Amino acid sequence: MSERADLLLAIADDELFLGWRNSEWTGIAPFLEEDVAFSSIAQNEIGHARALYELAAAELGTTADELAFDRRPEEYRCAPLVQLRRLEWARTIARHWLYETADEIRLEALKASNDPEIAGIAAKMDREEAYHRMHAEMWIDRLLSSEEGRARLNEAVDELWPYALGVLDDELRPELRRRAEERLGRTLPDVEPVTRGVHEAELAELWEEMTMVRRSAPAGARW
Amino acid sequence: MVYEVFRQERKGQPFQHAGSVTAPDESFAEVYAREQYGRRQESVALWLVPREALHQIADFPDEFEMKYRRVDGYSIKARLREARERAGTLEMAPGGAEAE
Amino acid sequence: MDTRTQEFLEYVQSGGQVETTDWMPDEYRARLVKFIEMHGNSELMGVLPERDWILRAPTLQRKLALTAKIQDEVGHAQLIYRVVEDLGKPRTACLDDLVSGKAKFHNVFHYPTKTWGDVGVIAWLVDAAAIVSQKALLKCSYAPYARIMKKICWEESFHILHGRDVILALVTGTEEQFELVQEALDRWWEPLMHFHGNPIPAGEDPMYVWRIKSQANEDARQEFLDGYVPQIRELGLSIPDPALAKDDETGVWSYTEPDWEKLRAVVTGHGPASRERLGFRRLSREDVAWVERVVLAEAA
Repeated sequence: MSERADLLLAIADDELFLGWRNSEWTGIAPFLEEDVAFSSIAQNEIGHARALYELAAAELGTTADELAFDRRPEEYRCAPLVQLRRLEWARTIARHWLYETADEIRLEALKASNDPEIAGIAAKMDREEAYHRMHAEMWIDRLLSSEEGRARLNEAVDELWPYALGVLDDELRPELRRRAEERLGRTLPDVEPVTRGVHEAELAELWEEMTMVRRSAPAGARW
Repeated sequence: MVYEVFRQERKGQPFQHAGSVTAPDESFAEVYAREQYGRRQESVALWLVPREALHQIADFPDEFEMKYRRVDGYSIKARLREARERAGTLEMAPGGAEAE
Repeated sequence: MDTRTQEFLEYVQSGGQVETTDWMPDEYRARLVKFIEMHGNSELMGVLPERDWILRAPTLQRKLALTAKIQDEVGHAQLIYRVVEDLGKPRTACLDDLVSGKAKFHNVFHYPTKTWGDVGVIAWLVDAAAIVSQKALLKCSYAPYARIMKKICWEESFHILHGRDVILALVTGTEEQFELVQEALDRWWEPLMHFHGNPIPAGEDPMYVWRIKSQANEDARQEFLDGYVPQIRELGLSIPDPALAKDDETGVWSYTEPDWEKLRAVVTGHGPASRERLGFRRLSREDVAWVERVVLAEAA
């Protein structure tokens, strides 16, 4: 597999799994207006994944759906951060914000790519992600403005920090640290990043559930 | 807080009241209104107003029937017929002698 | 009935519209709140049977469409509860009553969803049954509710199309996929026949008397059967009621009389999935109670 396909799949898998996790809040978010807003964010992420898969699929001679569903769990390239099943709201917001901050750094680099398709899709994603960032910032502001909110947020960020670092390649991590620390007004712990390559146990469980309907019919069946 | 949302469907059209969202502050209200009234690209613009900023007026007395300010305050049929009769132009009127 | 109330009744019965700031009889307001609140509860509870399938949807397209459909339903709940709030009952009170079992929600959301076939049947036929009722609500005497029904009906139209698309893919697929639909239809037919409520004559239905509803229950059911039985049969699916038939002369559908006692039991919380779903709602509300504290409490 080419480096290009590898890169596309890594980001696509990130967006797909995060979109999935975020869509788990549909119907049970803290309040109705937030439920609707967060669901759009989840859909956008799945939409990004689809566009990225299509790009990779063209190169690999397959389809977006096959890349999204028909690989074995160990073949996915997503960062551990997006695999974690966290149905608790403070951690959801922390993950959302950490991921969007990391993704912004990643997209900045990709927009400068001399591969026009990659640069193009990165620019499109970035334009949509601007709204995700706005939403994340809004929540960070709100949580930081109360004692209880700040305590919960900081606890969640500290727990997810090693995973957040694992979203980016080595050379981009210092920038993530700089932005996160500036925003939170404190230093973040010095930790080993939890990097791609070793999957969380939750991934296999997730894969079982996400592919169960699809696997119930022979390959090539229409849905 | 309740924020009232007005939406414009297409450029050039008036902003119309679309509904309301509850939100802790303006930045949340913006996000929520954007989603509730724009996620399908069904609006080109939205206005957001805190409910307290809106004042309803619903009382318009017209005790002395000042209808002269409206089209229905005028009934020219009879006089027009009289004028046409006098000028001998009744048959020329649209619909002939039967017309108003 | 006092004169003012009598005049109000005549006003709404002749097509008059009522706004939030207008005077209204206590009985009208109470019935309105109960009816609209049940609608909001139904939209919210309707999400639960469907959301499991977001994760299991077999293509990216279906995953997106299903998420969007459920998002719409949550959005509808938001619109509806806002109307109830403006009538005097706060959203938290509605949600409290819902999870405590005090308030009712629509029958169909008390049933489990077992397969992907259910996902298609619900999106297509349950939403179709709903849209028959919702179109009639466009004429509700209470204008703020009639207005949100416009947006709701417009959004529901894509749900039905999505549902029908899911079903069409299955009935043109493998034998097993076809069976998935038939089996789901077999299970959902009774809830669908219950959906529009017992055949109380319009004149005896207080909701109709006050023009909150503008269509009798049986008329809604007939409309549903008229529109959808042909659509179901043309796919080669069979409907599990041997007595279902349309009288060519009168145009009236006859069918095996549904068990109305069962419907009453279901909507008062004794459906197969009622307890589990209310329990789930209760828990998820508790989980996020701190958010209301931290985020909303500061609202002016």
